[in-house]
Amino acid sequence: MQETYSAIGKSVPKIDGRVKVTGQAKYTADLKFPNMLVGKILTSPHAHAKILNIDTRAAERLPGVKAVITHKDVPDRKYGISPARFDENIFCIDKVRFVGDKVAAVAAMDEETVYQALKLIKVDYEILPAVFDPIEALAEGAPQIHEPYPRNVNTEIHQKFGDVEGAFSKAHHLRTDRFVGQRTYQCPIEPHAAISMWAGDKLTVYASTQSPHYFQYYLAREFDLPMGNVRVIKPFVGGGFGGKLEPTGLEFAGAALARITGRPVKMFYDRHEMFAHNRGRHRQIMEITTGVDREGKILGVHANFIMDGGAYTSLGIASAYYAGALLTLTYDFKNYKFDMLRVYTNLPACGAQRGHGAPQPKYAFESQLNLIAKDLGLDPIEIRLRNARKPNTITPNDFKVNSCELIACLEKARQISGWSEKKGKLPQGRGLGIAVGSFVSGAGYPIYRTNLPHSAALIKVFEDGSAATLYTGAADIGQGSDTILCQMAAEAMGFNYEKMKVVSGDTETSTHDFGAYASRQTLMSGAAVKEAGEMVKKKLLEMAGEMMKVDPTELDCKDGIIFLGNNPIITQMTFAEAAREYFVRNGPLAGRGAYTPPKLGGAFKGAAVGTSPAYSFAVQISEVEVDRETGEVNVKEVWDVHDCGTVINPSLLHAQVHGALYMGMGESVWEEVVFDPDGKILNPNLSDYRLPTALDMPQITSALVDSYESAGPWGVKEVGEGATIPTMGCYANAINDAAGVQISSLPLSYEKVWRALREKEEKP
Amino acid sequence: MDHIEDKDGFKRYLIHLTVNGDPHTLVVKANTILTNVLREQLDLTGTKKGCEMGNCGSCTVLLDGRPIDSCLLLAVEADGCAITTIEGVAQCDELDRLQDSFVNNAAVQCGYCSPGMILSAKALLSKNPNPTEEEVRMAIAGNLCRCTGYVNIVKAVLTAAQSSEIRE
Repeated sequence: MQETYSAIGKSVPKIDGRVKVTGQAKYTADLKFPNMLVGKILTSPHAHAKILNIDTRAAERLPGVKAVITHKDVPDRKYGISPARFDENIFCIDKVRFVGDKVAAVAAMDEETVYQALKLIKVDYEILPAVFDPIEALAEGAPQIHEPYPRNVNTEIHQKFGDVEGAFSKAHHLRTDRFVGQRTYQCPIEPHAAISMWAGDKLTVYASTQSPHYFQYYLAREFDLPMGNVRVIKPFVGGGFGGKLEPTGLEFAGAALARITGRPVKMFYDRHEMFAHNRGRHRQIMEITTGVDREGKILGVHANFIMDGGAYTSLGIASAYYAGALLTLTYDFKNYKFDMLRVYTNLPACGAQRGHGAPQPKYAFESQLNLIAKDLGLDPIEIRLRNARKPNTITPNDFKVNSCELIACLEKARQISGWSEKKGKLPQGRGLGIAVGSFVSGAGYPIYRTNLPHSAALIKVFEDGSAATLYTGAADIGQGSDTILCQMAAEAMGFNYEKMKVVSGDTETSTHDFGAYASRQTLMSGAAVKEAGEMVKKKLLEMAGEMMKVDPTELDCKDGIIFLGNNPIITQMTFAEAAREYFVRNGPLAGRGAYTPPKLGGAFKGAAVGTSPAYSFAVQISEVEVDRETGEVNVKEVWDVHDCGTVINPSLLHAQVHGALYMGMGESVWEEVVFDPDGKILNPNLSDYRLPTALDMPQITSALVDSYESAGPWGVKEVGEGATIPTMGCYANAINDAAGVQISSLPLSYEKVWRALREKEEKP
Repeated sequence: MDHIEDKDGFKRYLIHLTVNGDPHTLVVKANTILTNVLREQLDLTGTKKGCEMGNCGSCTVLLDGRPIDSCLLLAVEADGCAITTIEGVAQCDELDRLQDSFVNNAAVQCGYCSPGMILSAKALLSKNPNPTEEEVRMAIAGNLCRCTGYVNIVKAVLTAAQSSEIRE
């Protein structure tokens, strides 16, 4: 049934659009408080070294310096993301583990004084042998980075579903290929910042964060405070992409400095420090074996991966599980084996980056599937159609997939890209590539163990009924959650989006929510908002029924108009009139809602990672041109077709696809964090770490297929991360089609293409 | 340039800037960058810092009408100049057509690059009111955006250019 909506399904302008284009919007580093100090963290210049002594006396004597702190001045409780792998301290105690590890911090009257003071801190190190490659780190006798982890194995995963060996023995065709994914960094344009201040035992932190709740939790835990005495406020955030999900160290160091000095302390990273703190995508070595029958139907898959985790666990334990878990989503096969070693190295720690864990394995799998199609003489779309997952199915690793329009996405992508007309008929040097992807609409389980709902919402209608405020803990980091949640609130209440206000991302004045990660807010925060809105509507209609002396169940409200039966044309009463009367008789008209996902997933170890109430599906096709002389890859056009359920705001949805694809494109062709032999980053800036500019972007077409997700409010699913997942594989396949060379490591750089072309010429 | 010396012999210079039409007389150090004067002394925090190396374009302002990275300009070098920051683009309460177009074309996500992006586009439209798509892309190539893939930004600038044609 086609429902007509009044507030959702419309491309309304963003609620914060105006303040962002006028410069009024305040981001963390824009804030000023009376008596505020500036703080910075001193980091290690060595990749692996014992700390013998730290002498802070000279720094302390510098005029304008208010505090210098080391591990002795802060709690020594280890923190991290997964309780099973807490391995970080606020400041290093016995040794440093990468260039950039945190050693001390200074608060001073201004930035210049802080930098001078950092230079005056004298740290004596005993340099230890370091290891920068995960395979070398696994070897006997390699430097041991964390004592409790022999052979530097941080996470070890062995999962087995069905009978993979049996499937391989029956396979008509079997291929093993090896691919390598590179280390990349999220590079939000806003650098990390935090401002901390105390009032007695209460700590307030303004932070550029994707999750005020997790920051609040970690701060409370680290400083032994009740959660209620920690307030985390998220001002406007200039992008996150995963890098602002976990503590940055700035909030811990800042809180300690603020306590000692009794003054607000502003801490920030410069661009180099952001690269050094990192938490971007892992470098991983991916060996995939796939067996297919005569028709190209996948019988079994074995994914055998090794990840360079860097010096700490960070969110990497989840990245490690995700890498294999999400590989089962797009294609229907029963036998699957996943082995993974996440290995410590003396490099910056890696974590969650857009598409968490999924894009690189998908690049490997989608590249291999193309090679298999070629071996069997099948069209790349045909082999995907034969294997595509169908709705209401269960993956071998026990993920329940409700809506799934992958086949429709493939058909539509084929049609709008002109695949059938172009494939094999393009001029020399041009080619077409395809890849598919799927992603969670929120994680089925929170990062730390708790039975709190995943999202909650509160709506309060103004006394005179002229406006309403939505209180949500969802974190708008640019993706537009404030806007779409207000659209959803208005829809559920029968109110107008234009009259909505929002208070979000503040642990004290808004409601609990886990925040912006795993593409979760539209579905999860949205579900809580819908419930809150419906409660407001119910109370409102009861009031209206009383006033109009009719049965409230016969009333409905849409767009701020209350009407009888099915006839919105005859206005009975306005939302405002009934809301005002409600306030007069009962006090505040409010609604509340909460969302907890159903129990999801299987019973095996790691079964929780990858569970979600719903999964999005996407297909990308790209057309590229390869210069055979230079290896230069010129992407001419890209088509993305998404199955993302009901759409709340089409403009913002397509904008998410554009951005995700852009990020995938950067990672495909240019982006890579590289190090010198001592573990120092060679390109910690935005000119040598090459982000695509406006001149680099191809024509993009973002299209949708009809889809409705039963687990989501109004049928919604995710979009924000999903569109990053197919891109790398899509380009790799297009390059192969254009130039006849398979690039088996990311990025698919001009140099690699050039070398592959030369190699091919030499042995024809 | 007038200056005073502090007790350690460091000089402080007296500079004159006209910012968004307002005349300011300011005391700065020789190494103070224009971005910091705008943000810290004048509280015009719409000018953002993203790299302080001239790579990202977040700190773009107009210097006598030309777009520049304000992190690469010393405040003393701007002495006597007229500067437009994002706070000076809207006329009273009325948004500039570019600002309006950015909002209506979903060209703003996190918003951190938006001030610099709008000023670069404004400089373009003031000398080339009917740019081609390629000219728009060239004009904003020094402004990095990590959210939008530039798709809607380019659209917003082209739409703003067209809307002014209709108006004129």
